[in-house]
Amino acid sequence: MTALVEVKGLDKAFGGVHAVEGVSFAVEAGQVYSVIGPNGAGKTTLFNLITGLYIPSKGQILLNGENTTRLEPNQLAERGMCRTFQQMQICMNMTAIENVMLGRHLQLKSSLFTTLFRLPSLRRNEAAAHKRAADLMEYVGCGDYLEAEATAMSYGALKRLEIARALAAEPKVILLDEPAAGLNATETAALEELIGKIAEQGITVMLVEHDMKLVMGISDRLLVLNYGRVLAEGTPEEIRQNPDVIAAYLGG
Amino acid sequence: MLDRFMQSRLRGLVILALILIILPAFLGNPFHYELVTQIAIIAATVVGLNLLVGFAGQISLGHAGFFGLGAYFTGIATGTYGWSSIPALLVGAILVGIVAWIVGRPILRLKGHYLSMATLAVGFIIAIILNNERALTGGPDGMPVPPFEVFGWELSAFGRYSLFGLDIEGFQAWYIFASVVLLVAVWFALNLIESPIGRALRSVHGSEVAASVVGVNTAKYKSLVFVISAIYASLMGGLYAHFQGFITPAVASFEFSILLITMVVLGGMGSTFGVILGAVVLKLLPQVLADFQELETVMFGLILMMTMIFMPKGLLPTLTAIVSKRIRKKAGGEA
Repeated sequence: MTALVEVKGLDKAFGGVHAVEGVSFAVEAGQVYSVIGPNGAGKTTLFNLITGLYIPSKGQILLNGENTTRLEPNQLAERGMCRTFQQMQICMNMTAIENVMLGRHLQLKSSLFTTLFRLPSLRRNEAAAHKRAADLMEYVGCGDYLEAEATAMSYGALKRLEIARALAAEPKVILLDEPAAGLNATETAALEELIGKIAEQGITVMLVEHDMKLVMGISDRLLVLNYGRVLAEGTPEEIRQNPDVIAAYLGG
Repeated sequence: MLDRFMQSRLRGLVILALILIILPAFLGNPFHYELVTQIAIIAATVVGLNLLVGFAGQISLGHAGFFGLGAYFTGIATGTYGWSSIPALLVGAILVGIVAWIVGRPILRLKGHYLSMATLAVGFIIAIILNNERALTGGPDGMPVPPFEVFGWELSAFGRYSLFGLDIEGFQAWYIFASVVLLVAVWFALNLIESPIGRALRSVHGSEVAASVVGVNTAKYKSLVFVISAIYASLMGGLYAHFQGFITPAVASFEFSILLITMVVLGGMGSTFGVILGAVVLKLLPQVLADFQELETVMFGLILMMTMIFMPKGLLPTLTAIVSKRIRKKAGGEA
C-alpha cells in the first residue's frame, strides 16, 4: 500500500539557515499523524512545504503516489489537500458562513454566463452549498455564528471556522497547524473530540501541536523535529520512551 | 412582506430603479438630463471598477484608458467605418478585454500593488496614442461620433421619440436608456459578487493564502475581474461617446482615472450602491463649486485623503451604519 503523503529528503534553506533538513516520512491514509518539536524546529515550515506555500530547496513530496513537489496550493487542493493555519487565515471581509462556503470552491464551478444571469442551476448549487456549510459549522461547533460576520467571532470560534472551511473542500488529507494554540482546557477537549470525529470519517489528519496531552491521545504516529531534522518517528508509546526525545524536551 | 423585501438581495436594485423613475420629476431642462445621463454612464463604469478595487482589492490607476479606448473604438468604427453601434461596442469591449488580460496576467501573479503601477503606465500610453494618432483620432482636438444606432434606428440626444404613445425628447430617451444600462450593470455586478466567483474574488482580498489552500487560483481570478472591470469601462466609454457626440483624449486622461478611483473610495469600496453615490457626489460637486474650477484636482485629492482618514469604509456604508445605529437605539429606548 502506498502512503497518502510521502516526504523524501526534504530540505528548505532560508539563506544560510536550514529550517528543514533531510526530512523523510510517510503518512498512511486514515492516520492521525502529528509533527511535534520545540519552537523553531521547522514544523510549520514543513507544513508550508507540503501544502505548496514554500518551494523546497531539495527533496520530494508525493501525494497519493504523485510527485507534487512544485505544485501551487490550489493545485494541491484539487488533489485533496487542505489545511488551517497557526496565524489564522480568515477572510474578514466576508460572513462566517461565506468563509465556509469558500471551502466549496472546487465543487462549485459555474460559468461566467450562469453567474451574470444567476441562472436557476447556480441558485440551486448555492443553496446546497449554504446548507452544507451550515451543517459543517454545527459539526465543528460554531453553529451559533450562522448569521454572523467573521469579524464578530471569538478566537476559538474562528479556529473552528477554519477547520469547517477546510472540511468543506472534502479533503483526503487535512493539515492542522497548532489548532489548540490559545484554547482553554474545555475548548481543547472539544477540539480533541472534533479531530477524532474527522479521523473517523476516514480523512487523514496531519497535526502540528504543542499540547502533548492532546497529541499523545489522538495520534497514530508522531514525527519529532529538532533544529529542522528528524529526531524520532514512531507510535506515541515509542516516542514517549525515546531517549533522544526526552533529552530534547527535558534538556537532560 | 415588507420585512422579506428588505432582506432580499435585490432590495438595492429596486430602490435604485425607483429613484431613477422618480428623478425626472426634478429634472427641469435638457442640461439636467445630460448631467444625470453622464452620471449614470460613469456610475456604471465605477460599479465595474469597484469589482476590481472593492472586492478583489486590486487598484487600477488607468481605468480611464480602457474607458477612452472603448470610446474611441466606437467612435472610429461607427464614424469613420460606418459600423453599427452594437458590433462596435462589443468588438471594442473584446479588444479592451484582451489588452487588460495581456497587461494583467503577468502582473497579477505577483502579490501587492504592482497592478496600480502597470495600469498607470497603460493609461498614459493609451492617452498618448489617442493624442498623437491624428489621422485616426483627430488628436487633441477630438473627433465627432455619430448617434447610437441599431438596425437603422438612431438614438440621438436631439431627436424626438415616442414611448408607449408618449412623446419624449431625445435627451429624455437617452436618460431612460442610460438608466436601464446602469440597472443592468448593477444587476450583473450583484450577481457576480454573490456567487462562487464573487466569493473567490473577495477571498483574494480577505486572505490570498486562505483562498489558495481551498483551491482558488488567485492569479486567474484577479485577471478575470480585471478584464471584467475593463470591459465595463470599455462599454460605458462607447456609450459615452455616442451620447456626447464628440470625444477628446480627456476621456482617457490620468485625471479621469483618479476621479473614477476617488468615486469608488468616497462612495465605499466594496459597496455597489455606495460607489454610485460616489459618482453622483463627485459629478455634482464641480457644478456646485464651479467658481473654484482650477482647484478641482486639489479638491478631489483632499476628498480622497479625508475619506481614507475619517471614513475608510466610504460614504454609504458609514451613513448606513449611523442610521441603523440610530434605529436600534430608538427601538432599544422604547423597549
